[in-house]
Amino acid sequence: MDFLRPASWEEALAAKAEHPTAVPIAGGTDVMVEINFDHRRPEYLLDLNRIGDLEEWEVGEDSVRLGASVPYTRIMENLRGELPGLALASHTVASPQIRNRGGVGGNLGTASPAGDAHPALLAAGAEVEVESVRGSRRIPIDAFYTGVKRNALAADELIRAVHIKKADGPQQYSKVGTRNAMVIAVCAFGLALHPETRTVRTGIGSAAPTPVRAKAAEEFLDAALEEGGFWDNGKIITPSVAKQFADLCSAACNPIDDVRGTASYRRHAVGIMARRTLTWTWESYRGTAARTEGVA
Amino acid sequence: MRVNFTVNGRKQEADDVWEGESLLYVLRERMGLPGSKNACEQGECGSCTVRLDGVPVCSCLVAAGQVEGREVVTVEGLADFAKQRAEHGGCASGACGTSLQDAQQWAAKGQDSQTGEGTELAPIQQAFIDAGAVQCGFCTPGLLVAADEMLEHNPNPTDADIREALSGNLCRCTGYEKIMDAVRLAAARQGEAV
Amino acid sequence: MPTKPTTGAPTKITQGSQTKGGIGESTLRPDGTLKVTGEFAYSSDMWHEDMLWGQILRSTVAHAEIVSIDTVEALKTPGVYAVMTYDDLPTEVKNYGLEIQDTPVLAHGKVRHHGEPVAIVAADHPETARRAAAKIKVEYRELPVITDEASATAPDAILIHEGRDDHHIGHVPHPNIVHRQPIIRGDVEEAAKKADFVVKGEYTFGMQDQAFLGPESGLAVPGEDGGVDLYIATQWLHSDLKQIAPVLGLPEDKVRMTLSGVGGAFGGREDLSMQIHACLLALRTGKPVKIVYNRFESFFGHVHRHPAKLYYEHGATKDGKLTHLKARIVLDGGAYASASPAVVGNASSLGAGPYVVDNVDIEAIALYTNNPPCGAMRGFGAVQACFAYEAQMDKLADKVGMDRVAFRQLNAMEQGTIMPTGQAVDSPAPVAELLRRVKAMPMPPEQQWLAAGEAADVRQLPGGLSNTTHGEGVVRGVGYAVGIKNVGFSEGFDDYSTARVRMEVVGGEPVATVHTAMAEVGQGGVTVHAQIARTELGVTQVTINPADTQVGSAGSTSASRQTYVTGGAVKNSCELVREKVLELGRRKFGSYHPAWATAELLLEGGKVVTDGGEVLADLVDVLEGEAVEIEAEWRHRPTEAFDLRTGQGFGHVQYTFAAHRAVVEVDTELGLVKVIELACAQDVGKALNPLSVIGQIQGGTTQGLGVAVMEEIIVDPKTAKVRNPSFTDYLIPTILDTPTIPVDVLELADDHAPYGLRGIGEAPTLSSTPAVLAAIRNATGLELNRTPVRPEHLTGTA
Repeated sequence: MDFLRPASWEEALAAKAEHPTAVPIAGGTDVMVEINFDHRRPEYLLDLNRIGDLEEWEVGEDSVRLGASVPYTRIMENLRGELPGLALASHTVASPQIRNRGGVGGNLGTASPAGDAHPALLAAGAEVEVESVRGSRRIPIDAFYTGVKRNALAADELIRAVHIKKADGPQQYSKVGTRNAMVIAVCAFGLALHPETRTVRTGIGSAAPTPVRAKAAEEFLDAALEEGGFWDNGKIITPSVAKQFADLCSAACNPIDDVRGTASYRRHAVGIMARRTLTWTWESYRGTAARTEGVA
Repeated sequence: MRVNFTVNGRKQEADDVWEGESLLYVLRERMGLPGSKNACEQGECGSCTVRLDGVPVCSCLVAAGQVEGREVVTVEGLADFAKQRAEHGGCASGACGTSLQDAQQWAAKGQDSQTGEGTELAPIQQAFIDAGAVQCGFCTPGLLVAADEMLEHNPNPTDADIREALSGNLCRCTGYEKIMDAVRLAAARQGEAV
Repeated sequence: MPTKPTTGAPTKITQGSQTKGGIGESTLRPDGTLKVTGEFAYSSDMWHEDMLWGQILRSTVAHAEIVSIDTVEALKTPGVYAVMTYDDLPTEVKNYGLEIQDTPVLAHGKVRHHGEPVAIVAADHPETARRAAAKIKVEYRELPVITDEASATAPDAILIHEGRDDHHIGHVPHPNIVHRQPIIRGDVEEAAKKADFVVKGEYTFGMQDQAFLGPESGLAVPGEDGGVDLYIATQWLHSDLKQIAPVLGLPEDKVRMTLSGVGGAFGGREDLSMQIHACLLALRTGKPVKIVYNRFESFFGHVHRHPAKLYYEHGATKDGKLTHLKARIVLDGGAYASASPAVVGNASSLGAGPYVVDNVDIEAIALYTNNPPCGAMRGFGAVQACFAYEAQMDKLADKVGMDRVAFRQLNAMEQGTIMPTGQAVDSPAPVAELLRRVKAMPMPPEQQWLAAGEAADVRQLPGGLSNTTHGEGVVRGVGYAVGIKNVGFSEGFDDYSTARVRMEVVGGEPVATVHTAMAEVGQGGVTVHAQIARTELGVTQVTINPADTQVGSAGSTSASRQTYVTGGAVKNSCELVREKVLELGRRKFGSYHPAWATAELLLEGGKVVTDGGEVLADLVDVLEGEAVEIEAEWRHRPTEAFDLRTGQGFGHVQYTFAAHRAVVEVDTELGLVKVIELACAQDVGKALNPLSVIGQIQGGTTQGLGVAVMEEIIVDPKTAKVRNPSFTDYLIPTILDTPTIPVDVLELADDHAPYGLRGIGEAPTLSSTPAVLAAIRNATGLELNRTPVRPEHLTGTA
């Protein structure tokens, strides 16, 4: 095994181009477990810790450019307003120690369906900025996950940042595990209301081979909200609408039975989380809407 | 490969490090600092918690090569670290304003004691002993580092704050009640001292 | 002792200064400072110049014939010093085991469970050793797996162990049954006719892991005399020694064992793990060899708690009196016997629980299967039974129409009750009182998640930080349970401990030195030994020597026995030392004061005093130039084996009791549980160290909580392979899963025991689990006949 220690992003890209099998390591929270448990012996480890740029973020007009290695702790502490869904998701990641090291780039690189950040990214809308010596490109989050623990990266590419749309409405995130802290998701659900476009986006984790959106549920809800004039009248969402949305979210799952949970439970739990997060976000939106009206 | 870094205020050099080695392994097997514990080596138990540039991390998940040029504080250096912090009015880590130079001026004492009697302890260490928070003691070093860091930022934690801050540290002996007592005790003593 | 309030105020720590750190005080651990500074040397911290690292190659299948093992490539690896298989074992003794020597040091011809050791490697770096082990080629011919009672006892079942010649084979109905113990008393069939209500239940207890945090590890150093020094974390040095020495072909005095720091045990270190492997490699290479399991290997490296199926039938009259009990308890012992016979003895003899039932027919068996070997874990046998009989008590109380606690109190045993084994309980058995106390504790406030303000604090809710509910679907439930556990080794076992106590003047002060082979695994035995020496010898300074095999056996740190038995041995040796010291005093100073001859004399505050308090001499003067030392064995009163047909016999030396009240909040839609409070009341006879007593009760309670809601080793029934050998998928409670645990300690002396004390470590683990289950049933209305409860069971999605 060789340990590559690029001092700059350019050096890192050059190293990755020269050694396409090199495994990038940043927070180490996935890679080191595999090494400690003898599950993996990469030829090269490519350390990204020395590239300070990866731990920085910029809040732009419409989106946040989040460096791949910004630790979850920082996201929780600093980006709660701009990225509420991701901040909530960050808070559910493992333990304080892990949140101090791990970042979204690791979740995306590993592309495990159980990665905590995915549902929040899917719901918010995001693009992954990847780069190689050949150049830079942005991959829409919907096209990023290509299979179980597989993503759209080419062998010579590294993840540099994620561009996440700033919240224009309430967002929620919920994750089921069989312990009250430090637990891998049995399944997870992210929901974002986008009042500007009058749309709703979702993200489901650990309930399909890849993180997925419940698109049929989103379309149903978009239509129901529009039809009922909910965005304007700020009414409580009718239970039948919430139930159908929840059922469609369950139906979007394609889960397996494993040691963490049954497929049947995962479908069930995603439905419950969908209904609850819809209630929470909508109540929040109504509150905001009401206040806005009051001021106007 | 060779790795140079600072541990408990002392510059250290490790040679012939296998590239897959963790910081935890280097501390325990190459630096003679076995205080950080190897309970799960997968980031699920917190027994190996150290401060890396001031931040609590699982040393089992830090590749040795990643600590090149960086600063590590382990349980062995905790008492001196806390003392330094007290003398500098708040915080000994670079993250809280102490300069790198300051941080490098202190070093952990040698280990010449067999019984540990007369050893100067950090307040959190003393509180763990006094409250009965130590049984087998294997989780203790990691908990101490984590709890000490929490009290640095949050001197008056609620019970829920303590539980959240220590939720990455498993203990199998105590049922955590005495650990809660110890952290409350350390916080109360810290409050009295101010 | 008062209960600890659930406020955030620090608990006051009582530190004796008037008295001198004797029994009854919460003196602090002598190893506390070393443990908080990181200097305490655990078995995985050992290091030796020039040492090698050992690695074990384990079977990848559960049941197979070994066709061939090829070590050529492994041996060629640079840095590798030795590769050993069964063929390299030095003597004819190739098996070990606690009671039945059925466990191969290295597999021979066959592997019987997933993860069985097949070969061992020593190399100069752990990674070299791992890579070399991976190069060993083992060809298996797989056999069908035996995983349950039906497959184990089928007429054509493959025998897990052929040609058994152990002392249980004569009375078991099938060679794949390790041991069977019936307990028969009264006439169950007749009594059943008088029952107005009958409740039947079938219960399942999952496989729990001890999950001690310090992994199996140790260092073997070859000696110049051909022997070996082994630094090891274990529960019983001398039992290890008896199993290790014959395999090495060495006399016991050439295998010198020293206890190194033990990172928890809970039964999981009662059997050998890497001890023999490290010694074999050290003797083969002539170099020190260190072996440290990682967490994955640890799940294969020690026995687990027996999973069990329990079939129970209870009857009661309409006024609520128990009429009869029929029970069948099937414990899965896995591939090797380990402690299975004793687990069967406990499950059967304690299967009726702490209740008066005159008509009993209980049968307990342990199976041999291809599942992971199971053996000792905190409360063994009694834990599984308690889960079942407490569920039955709730069901029966409901049928009779009585309050569940009142129903238990009505049927509670007390001093004088005759156990189903015919044994009269001859010390306090305050079962009804413990229930009363735990019920009387104040209830935790409702909806604590709203306490901080308008927004829900998710940390106080089921799901915790995962943000699954803000109160939706959350229902509170309350449950009670009580249990009974035996203390010490039972069934006629010669259960003794040895203590060497020395008294001398050091630096102008009288000092006592206590040397035992007791394994300090975290329980605080070393604290208590010092307290006993202070109380008995009137000294302040006590040195506790490291535990090793240079002194006689102290028995195992298990069965809640160490304070009773090794504590008893320390007390006894101190008393013998005291007699010698007084003799010395009489010789030196007897002529100066008549009281030397006439009065009852004590050692207090460094002086010889009369029982009236008159000082006769300074201990420094009595001991000047002399040292008094005694090494003596001490035994508790003998027990008897249970009759193999009826289970009758004076089988247990002492019983111990605890009761719990659990308050839980269940997210009934998602099936997630938060335990809000687990209150415990326990009789401890005499609290030698109250702080440690409470720590034991809270720790034991939490392990019971773990197996109620999350802890289970999952074994694939088709392959008998372990599916979750990691801390990612075998979950133990975090601090956010653990509630406040107020403890009410009762001290009713047992006159048969030293200081009246009662063993305490295990009892809280028994009743904790059924109390949590009862609370979840109370919240959900579900029957829930298995533990741990998973979200699937609460949501109908299993």
